[in-house]
Amino acid sequence: MQAEAKQTDQEVRHAEHSEFVSFTVAGQAFCLKITQIREIRRWSPVTILPHAPADVLGVMNLRGAVIPIYDLSARFGLQQTEASERNVVIVVSVHGKPVGLLAESVSEIISINPDDIQDTPPVDSRNTMEYIQGIISHDDTMVRIINLDAVISAPEQVMP
Amino acid sequence: MKTKVLAIDDSRTIRNLLAATLEEAGFEYHCAVDGREGVDMYPDVDPDVVITDINMPNLDGFGVIEELRGTGINSKVPILVLTTESAPELKARARGAGATGWITKPFDDASLIFALKRVTGAAA
Amino acid sequence: MSGSIQDTFFEECEELLEATDEGLTAIEGGDHDPEVVNAIFRAVHSIKGGAGAFGLDDLVAFAHRFETVFDEVRSNRLDLDEKLIQLLLRSSDQLSALVEVARDGGEIDEAHNDTLLAALDEYIPEEEEDLTFEPMGLGGPAPMMDLGDLGGAPAEPQEETYRIRFQPLKEMYGTGNEPFFLFQALKDLGELTVTMDENELPGFDAMDMAEAYLAWDLVLVTKETRSKVEAVFEFVEGLCELSINGDGDAEAEANALAALDAMFAAPPAADAAAAPEGEAPAAPFEPPVPAPEPEAKPAAAEEKASAPKAESGKQEQRGGPKPTLRVELERVDRLINAVGELIINHSMLAQQIANLNVSDTRDVETELEGFKNLARDIQEGVMAIRAQPVKPLFQRMARIVREASAATGKTCKLVTEGENTEVDKTVIERLSDPLTHILRNAVDHGVEKPEDREAAGKSKVGEIRLSASHRSGSVCIEIKDDGAGVNRPRVKQIAIEKGLIPENAELTDGEIDNLLFAPGFSTAKEISNLSGRGVGMDVVKNAVTGLGGRINISSAPGKGSTFTIILPLTLAVMDGMVVSVADQTMVVPITSIVETMRGSDDMINSLGADGTLLSIRGNFVPICDVAGALGLYRESDQQAGVYLLVETETGQRCALAVDDIHDQRQVVIKSLDGVCGEIPGVAAATILGDGKIAMILDPESIIAASPTAAAFDTERRMSNAS
Repeated sequence: MQAEAKQTDQEVRHAEHSEFVSFTVAGQAFCLKITQIREIRRWSPVTILPHAPADVLGVMNLRGAVIPIYDLSARFGLQQTEASERNVVIVVSVHGKPVGLLAESVSEIISINPDDIQDTPPVDSRNTMEYIQGIISHDDTMVRIINLDAVISAPEQVMP
Repeated sequence: MKTKVLAIDDSRTIRNLLAATLEEAGFEYHCAVDGREGVDMYPDVDPDVVITDINMPNLDGFGVIEELRGTGINSKVPILVLTTESAPELKARARGAGATGWITKPFDDASLIFALKRVTGAAA
Repeated sequence: MSGSIQDTFFEECEELLEATDEGLTAIEGGDHDPEVVNAIFRAVHSIKGGAGAFGLDDLVAFAHRFETVFDEVRSNRLDLDEKLIQLLLRSSDQLSALVEVARDGGEIDEAHNDTLLAALDEYIPEEEEDLTFEPMGLGGPAPMMDLGDLGGAPAEPQEETYRIRFQPLKEMYGTGNEPFFLFQALKDLGELTVTMDENELPGFDAMDMAEAYLAWDLVLVTKETRSKVEAVFEFVEGLCELSINGDGDAEAEANALAALDAMFAAPPAADAAAAPEGEAPAAPFEPPVPAPEPEAKPAAAEEKASAPKAESGKQEQRGGPKPTLRVELERVDRLINAVGELIINHSMLAQQIANLNVSDTRDVETELEGFKNLARDIQEGVMAIRAQPVKPLFQRMARIVREASAATGKTCKLVTEGENTEVDKTVIERLSDPLTHILRNAVDHGVEKPEDREAAGKSKVGEIRLSASHRSGSVCIEIKDDGAGVNRPRVKQIAIEKGLIPENAELTDGEIDNLLFAPGFSTAKEISNLSGRGVGMDVVKNAVTGLGGRINISSAPGKGSTFTIILPLTLAVMDGMVVSVADQTMVVPITSIVETMRGSDDMINSLGADGTLLSIRGNFVPICDVAGALGLYRESDQQAGVYLLVETETGQRCALAVDDIHDQRQVVIKSLDGVCGEIPGVAAATILGDGKIAMILDPESIIAASPTAAAFDTERRMSNAS
């Protein structure tokens, strides 16, 4: 509610602000543009894909469609998530296809003025540089903006 | 009021070409896939002009003209014949049946519109 | 816009070519029904018409020649003898080739094209021979404009005043031409003044409504050429008295008119223009039919009117074409998906009701049963929409056989059976390449040269039989030739040379025949450029298995070979055995399962370090642990105690070890394309009654992925050999 009030304030000042959903992955705060998110679901056990890499948890039935679920944490090179009912699956649309992303929990909707987005400072990981589009300071914490297209590339070959 | 055209041709390609040109030029376009359907559709569409192919299944172009001219109420509607043949005999035969004019396939937009103009006065 | 119209054109061409082929095949079979000939004529004519619109000149030229010959046939001026029929068949093939080139680009075989054109020309009578198709025919306004420029220099357009006298004959009104509209068209060209001359109008009492009395004098001031002015009167040429006099009629214009004269077969309006006022030109057209009342029609018109009626009557007799609806494939697929969901939904409901622990569920179950039956009905109905007869596919194959025969100098005839067997559209599409390959192979390698056939006491003409039939929920396609059969010693030798089998391998005849499908087996040395093209029979096999089908070959030396392709009726639903493997629920296609059994310890025999064999009634088959092959580990201490005996295409048997089997049911296939890459051992996925996704296994690739089973296979061959 507080976020909403703030948002109205900002709306007056910055017409070009956009809304992001922030969530935590392995204790770190990340966010995605609200328009990229199709829905957020509670985690339920998925069907394992044989021979899949560690960051592909399996597939889930989303109203009749088979969609792959990625463990964002493992994807970012952090530790694998022990998925439980407290976790959420963020369903996004990448390359025109729905994909599920496992996150620890969803925090809030934040309104971001594009001018406030800072470039990712150079770090020693190419993956990180690719996956993180920029960072922003929100309520004194650093929120990382995910570059979805880089995180989920076109369907990849699963090696045996 | 848009000028209403009823096009009768068994070729989807030709129908599409006609539709594209005529709709672009502001005509109201209706079509039938063979002569029989064309004659059956006629009363409902009540077109200002009929464009008909000659070689069609079920009822050919001559048949269309004769049936339309045969029923008193339609005796005046302009009927343009679509033909690939430029042979005078064919035109003579079409006119003999009561065709108003002809359009030689392949047609360009200008000649199609010009032909329609001469028989309907429609501005395009 | 025109791009999509052109797409439509090519789509339509496909249908028209099919119709042409179908008609020609009927004619070849002795059906010389005029309506068949007419239908072909119309089809070729439509191709020509569309091709003209897109400036596809080669196609137009060929279609025109083809069509002209057909016109001769339908006017009974030509006899359909064997020679002509063969020419028409080849011409139809060429027409397809030209359409293909126009659509996909590529080279036209000019020499072949010219040969056929010349051959067709021989059937076209002299006077029509040089009637090459004019894209802009006589009478169209465009060439008239050109002609206007012919005589004179292409000078700056000058304003010219034309005095036009226009007096319609009564016949004109019968054609639907209205003077008023003509004047409007003239007005577009420049400044027009119209004066009506009603001098000839009789008194009201004497007036005959069918008679024409009015005349007009028009003055047009325009910069347009005379031909443009004349073009306005094109449709009423011969239906009126017309004179057009330009103020500055120059000699140049007279020249242009002379050229016009030469162009028109009959004396056209140009005559009227040149003639002094009042002199009516001879009407070049036969008298029009003026009377609106049917009974007033002249006898000739009556005849004309009855002719097409007879034709349409005949159509009805034949049942006529059934009304059809063109629907985007995507819409049908959406419907199929929805029906799939419905079926899944049903099983979910059933499961939940069972979980409710209600004592009396009989009423609900009855309703549920009704739900299930309805869902099945809808499913069958929707599947039927996608089902298409294999006829067009078979017709294309007839062409392939003709081409292949011509290229190899053999004579083969393709006999087709079961053309009306309906198969899923996608299956038909994806069968085209494998069938083409098998048929080319049959002509190239199967059927012997005519002299060899004669020597073997066979008919010179090789026969290839292509048949389709439904067989207990599957579609069976059979390609049978009466050629020499598989050359087994040769095949074996090649396989040894290529290292596919050990030199001393002892194989059964069936095993040798199936070597043809082995990857890497391509008899490249023998393969001519015809069936070669870089693909072997292994590609054919992959295409068939990709469709969830199986392919087999059987051969008898000297008598021929038969390829049998068994395909599922639809790609969307299949019968599967639900099993559990390492705590996961999975589905195994029923078609690949020979037998299921619960194993006991005494049935299992170790072989070497990690090989295990299952003994079934005295036979030993290798065991393949599905969990192991898929890289899954059991968390519980559940043991793989149930075996599914499966048989691969090469006739190899293997026992798939799973933890448990549940039931057999129909499952909706969900492709994993775009969800993840190819997974060894997994064909697709499905959604079960509880909403969970289950993998559909591909036994063949599981066996390939299983080291034990694969190793055993080689071992067995080695041991057989020793």
